[in-house]
Amino acid sequence: MLAMNNIGKVFTTDVVQTHALKDFSLKVNEGDFLAVTGTSGSGKTTFLNVAGLLETFDSGEYTLDGQDIQGLTDRQRSQLRNEKIGFIFQSFNLIPDLNLFDNVDVPLRYRGFNAAQRKERILSSLERVGLGKRLKHFPAQLSGGQQQRVAIARALAGSPRFLLADEPTGNLDTEMAKSVMALLQEINQSGTTIIMVTHDESLAQQTQRQIVVRDGRVCDSGASSTSPQADSVQRV
Amino acid sequence: MFSYYCRLAINSIFRSKVHSALTILTIALGIAACTITLTLVTSMSANPIAHKSAQLFRVQLDNWDPNQAAVAPNLPPEFVTWTDANNIVQAKQAKRQSASAITWGMVNPAKQGLTPFLAVMRVTSKDFFPMFDVPFIYGAGWDESAEHNNDYVVVLSKETNQRVFNGANSVGQTLTMLGATFTVVGVLDDWHLSPKFYDMSYGAFSEPEEMYLPLGLKAEFELPHGGITSCWKAVESERYDAFLNSECINFQLWVELGDPNQMSKFSLFLTNYVEQQKSLGRFPRPINNRLFNVEQWLEYKQVVKQDVQVMFWLSLMFLLVCLINAASLLSAKLHTKHSEIGLRRALGANFGQIIMQYSLEIVLIGFCGGILGIFLAVVGLHGVAALYAGYGHLVDLNITIAIGVIALAVLGTIVAGLVPVYTACRPVPAMQIKQ
Repeated sequence: MLAMNNIGKVFTTDVVQTHALKDFSLKVNEGDFLAVTGTSGSGKTTFLNVAGLLETFDSGEYTLDGQDIQGLTDRQRSQLRNEKIGFIFQSFNLIPDLNLFDNVDVPLRYRGFNAAQRKERILSSLERVGLGKRLKHFPAQLSGGQQQRVAIARALAGSPRFLLADEPTGNLDTEMAKSVMALLQEINQSGTTIIMVTHDESLAQQTQRQIVVRDGRVCDSGASSTSPQADSVQRV
Repeated sequence: MFSYYCRLAINSIFRSKVHSALTILTIALGIAACTITLTLVTSMSANPIAHKSAQLFRVQLDNWDPNQAAVAPNLPPEFVTWTDANNIVQAKQAKRQSASAITWGMVNPAKQGLTPFLAVMRVTSKDFFPMFDVPFIYGAGWDESAEHNNDYVVVLSKETNQRVFNGANSVGQTLTMLGATFTVVGVLDDWHLSPKFYDMSYGAFSEPEEMYLPLGLKAEFELPHGGITSCWKAVESERYDAFLNSECINFQLWVELGDPNQMSKFSLFLTNYVEQQKSLGRFPRPINNRLFNVEQWLEYKQVVKQDVQVMFWLSLMFLLVCLINAASLLSAKLHTKHSEIGLRRALGANFGQIIMQYSLEIVLIGFCGGILGIFLAVVGLHGVAALYAGYGHLVDLNITIAIGVIALAVLGTIVAGLVPVYTACRPVPAMQIKQ
């Protein structure tokens, strides 16, 4: 479970202070598929970065899978990130110099798996996203949709509890976006908790829950309109 | 993980070939310049006879002008007169003693096809060879009796023996020179003292002489006065023996003393000797004898000139500039890696692992720079040898310097690269991914 209570995050420059998150509170249960929407600059990505331990926070409490995040060292945060969180980025963020096998291998190397374990996980996750036969290809040899599938395979290879996706279909055409979304739903149904930041209302409606972030706060929270809990959307 | 980091480092180096090559070349140039000057300075300032350095003493006596010191402000001349050289060698108050001077003369070899040639010779005492650990390939120096009787004996350098006797064992062979027949008693092995501390008249790094003859033959054959000759008062006549009996200095005088006790005894002997000479009307200045051991003598003669030392420091500065340039090239390269660094952090790499990964790449670049630098240094040293004849024996790169230089390259690159690596790894991963 992921729980944030009154999280505050301020970005300070020489001339201005920006409150990216203010009293941000949220609870995400195991197996949830949560869509985070909001206008540009509302704090969605900052929330995702804080949730994914890529960014620290200034105030509040954050527990991830029962572990208090405050006060963890860089090494502990990195380990937690590696073991429990998978990331999917809008621009795929594959390493262009590495082939698909080696790209998916990256988080597993830091996890400390042996060669056989790594190979098994890499092959299985690439098979799962339909790219099991293209291990030696480099990212530049793939379409955008395929690259995003590799990124998903990389995120899944370590069997994370949480998958954090930042505009995962933002760089894809409609057909590819649909197929990636279908893949995410399948992953969620197999038990992985997914938090997805998106601008696309139609995508958000395909998730179980949706929150709207405005001025660094959660302002609407409830079941998505197309989900069975649609009538339970609450204003907070 | 180490092999993984190595693979990543090699991949990264090959992926950006031009950039990596530029960085390696920058480091190599600095290393090469530093190695060349370090090799030269090390060779020049080395003590060529360190194991006996404290037992060998250069003798200086002050027979000079009462109104003006030989060397300001109040130092005695560096050489001694024929009279003093002979008196002190014959007194045998040290364990070994040798007086010597450079001269030259015509050699008429019997070998067919070899025309007469002018050879550079050293007239010296028999102790010269054991004192300075002169290596022989055949035979040895002359003995007491040959020295006493002024026998026509000669010791040849290896090169001269090659020239005249095709490198064969020529001991016992005769050689016509100076208008007489000499018997070869010894042939030297390779012998390139650097610096040539026993006589730096023609420069500290000049080659040893081609032939060695007993000191007494200088007078008999009236051999020319080579090296440095200096007189503080006019020679009485044009006759050869007038010069020898004058106060003109031309002879190097060295003694070997066994222990500190012998040094005080020998100093006392010198004092008594000068007192005795004063009673004969010589040595008008106050007693001012000097005994310098080899180390002190090299320092006194300032064998490594100040400009060479300045050159060494300049080359270190050049290395520093090269390392700063390498750092800026590395910085530019790492700037393009921000996104990858952020991604790796997002995927679970901690700060230390990222530092380790990129440091290893830097170590590899530094190592390659060191290897290429040594290659360039060897080429440069051969260039120095080709440009300055006689310096050939100074330009051998020794293994200690080579290993030291590679270590310096790696260390220098790590130091130079640490800041860019640290700077590249420091931002929070979220910011780097955005970049």
